[in-house]
Amino acid sequence: MTVPKGDIFLAGVGGQGTLLASEVLCEAFLRSGFDVKKSEVHGMAQRGGAVTTHFRFGPKVRSPLIEPGKADLLIAFEKIEALRFAHFLRPGGAMVVNAQEIFPPSVATGQERYPEDVERRLRAVTDRVFLVDALAAALSMREVRAVNMVMAGAASHFLPLPESAYEEAIAVRLPSKIVPVNVQAFRAGRALLQPA
Amino acid sequence: MSVLVKKEEIRLLSGNEAIARGAFEAGVKVASAYPGTPSTEILENFVRFEGVYAEWAPNEKVAVEVAIGASMGGVRALATMKHVGVNVAADPLFTASYTGVRGGLVIVTADDPELHSSQNEQDNRHYAVAAKIPMLEPSDSFEAKEFTRLAFELSERFDTPVFLRTTTRISHAKGVVRIEEPSPGPEFPPGFTPDPSKWVMLPVNAKRRHAVVEERTKALREFAETWEGNRIEWGDRSLGVIASGVSYQYVKEAFPDASVLKIGLAWPLPERLFREFAAGVSRVVVVEELDPHVETHVKALGIPAQGKDLLPIVGELDPRIVRHAITGEASPVRAPEAVPPRPPNLCPGCPHRGLFFALKKLKVTVTGDIGCYTLATLPPLSSMDSCICMGASIGNAHGMEKALGADGAGKVVAVIGDSTFLHSGVTGLMNVVYNRGASTVVILDNDITAMTGAQENPATGKTLQGKAARRVDIPALCRAIGVEHVYTVNPHDMKQAEMVLRREVARPEPSVVITKAPCALLPEHRRQKRPVYEVIPDLCTGCKACSRLGCPAIEWVPFTPEEAASAGKKPTQRGMARINALLCDGCNQCPPLCKFQAILERRS
Repeated sequence: MTVPKGDIFLAGVGGQGTLLASEVLCEAFLRSGFDVKKSEVHGMAQRGGAVTTHFRFGPKVRSPLIEPGKADLLIAFEKIEALRFAHFLRPGGAMVVNAQEIFPPSVATGQERYPEDVERRLRAVTDRVFLVDALAAALSMREVRAVNMVMAGAASHFLPLPESAYEEAIAVRLPSKIVPVNVQAFRAGRALLQPA
Repeated sequence: MSVLVKKEEIRLLSGNEAIARGAFEAGVKVASAYPGTPSTEILENFVRFEGVYAEWAPNEKVAVEVAIGASMGGVRALATMKHVGVNVAADPLFTASYTGVRGGLVIVTADDPELHSSQNEQDNRHYAVAAKIPMLEPSDSFEAKEFTRLAFELSERFDTPVFLRTTTRISHAKGVVRIEEPSPGPEFPPGFTPDPSKWVMLPVNAKRRHAVVEERTKALREFAETWEGNRIEWGDRSLGVIASGVSYQYVKEAFPDASVLKIGLAWPLPERLFREFAAGVSRVVVVEELDPHVETHVKALGIPAQGKDLLPIVGELDPRIVRHAITGEASPVRAPEAVPPRPPNLCPGCPHRGLFFALKKLKVTVTGDIGCYTLATLPPLSSMDSCICMGASIGNAHGMEKALGADGAGKVVAVIGDSTFLHSGVTGLMNVVYNRGASTVVILDNDITAMTGAQENPATGKTLQGKAARRVDIPALCRAIGVEHVYTVNPHDMKQAEMVLRREVARPEPSVVITKAPCALLPEHRRQKRPVYEVIPDLCTGCKACSRLGCPAIEWVPFTPEEAASAGKKPTQRGMARINALLCDGCNQCPPLCKFQAILERRS
């Protein structure tokens, strides 16, 4: 039996919890018997800047970085960030995009407008664009920090593990006090999209 | 699903976590470090193990000196730092190479190709050559742990400090690691045995030790020839690639069938192995990030090899860059979309923003330093004019004043963070006082080492373990150095900060202004109940006075003339400000800036 492999690219804005989301996905694959690697950058870039995580699974993973044009799935926590890293997606790859808009400095200070055609431009990259309102789902749980698990839940439809594998990973990786709210957020995210 | 590895023995660890685990397994008893991306998490993870001692030192030189002392005392010792930290620690390191060790002594240098969070991208493999210290270079988390254990064994076996070099894609990449039981450590009990010929580096002793170092390097070169970490993986003989570190992974990804010589010991290098490999392949390419370290040594043997003629010397590599460099081919990739840039920014509620907003009004030259506050160089604050290295701001300001003479009086201000000041700013300030300078130095005291993710320092009152510690009294320290004018201000109160700054900059004597307010990311701060502000739309005239703060929570809502009209505004009003309630930290910097009193505390 061949072990599936996958290259998952996560993009967001520093502070959105992309690192924790990738941590849970990665742990779920490790516990399911895959080789995994992921790469991210800490430090200065985290101060509200664009942040990315490269996550790869398969029978044997070499490079911790995904090549441009090779990612199977792009999980974007913010619309502009989806567009910024869209060139990492392979032809026919899928994008799960949080509809949330976080203004970059040039927009927040009025030098330019938030681009209005993001969705159209994303659909020009691939016809498999799935927009979700992760912020609304998190706010309905009164926990704005849960955006990351909502996104992980929505994206899980495009990954080959059963739901239980991710929930186990959440239970293993997170402090017990916050496991229930994160499992709830993951399920809420999963409910936002239909199985692929 | 096939189970590839046994679950109980493996763990998903970053390179830094793997090094911490490796140090624990090697029986390390003492570890010292100054935080620096991408090295910081090593000590943060190491300190959690039972039976170890770990500490934040004020700088990397002290960290290495502490580790040397622990090694002299007969235990295994670790010092970790980012690449530029080795510059600071180089003085003790070069002589520790001569003395050798008692307990194993390992120095981690975490390099940062691509400058993800650094002021340069120096290649610290040069330090191994220059200091004559062997250097191990893991290619993933798995090897990071294995090599860390080995580093301590080599250190004792060859009587030498050992470098372990990582790069950001090792330190901050996660991978599978095999967990093992800790070893008991060295085969001798702790204790210092006096031996001046080894430990007291008077010229007469040091001269003898230099000869010992040269013999040691020969022995290590022999080790390099036979150690399994340097190995040939024969494949297709038409291409032979020599690679080390993460570059090895990129090569295996891009050329799974090629012959590869994997280098795990970046210094000293295995000459016979290079010759054997070169003789077995028709083309030799050296793939390494940054400088042509391996390439230079391969070519010195007369081996015709390619390297930096194909591969970039600037920035990090990836499999695509490697494939393209060697074959000239790469599958087409769509061009990145043009989108508004999103550089890092000072956080909402950051006390530094208030200080720089006030400082900007003075129209002075600002010599800066290393920390979050370096971001104040970006618009709209645009109020930092230089950034060289840890502690440089104060010397830079003093030098510029001496250069400009009377023309420079009251026109230069040095800005430095609390942790950076204690790291290497104190001596600069001493110099200002001693040499009759008149610089104004602003110390941004936010109660933490913030940029690297909130580490304690000698002025925070807590140790790495979170235990209470005596705080360095920064104002008293400045006075003890001889600064007579030391004032503390609240940077969120920008009016007061500006007033004090104006007065001190004009003063023809050295002065220190300390801005005291906690980092907005500190848990103690975040737990506090804080107000949230809002812009009352009817009152906002769109003057943008608040936008000039560059606060991420203040958003500009642009108007078309029609939108302005329907909002009841003058048709010439281009837009208005809005405060994002999810981001507002309640710092109260923006309300006083609004002449129209349009920014009020939100009631809900």
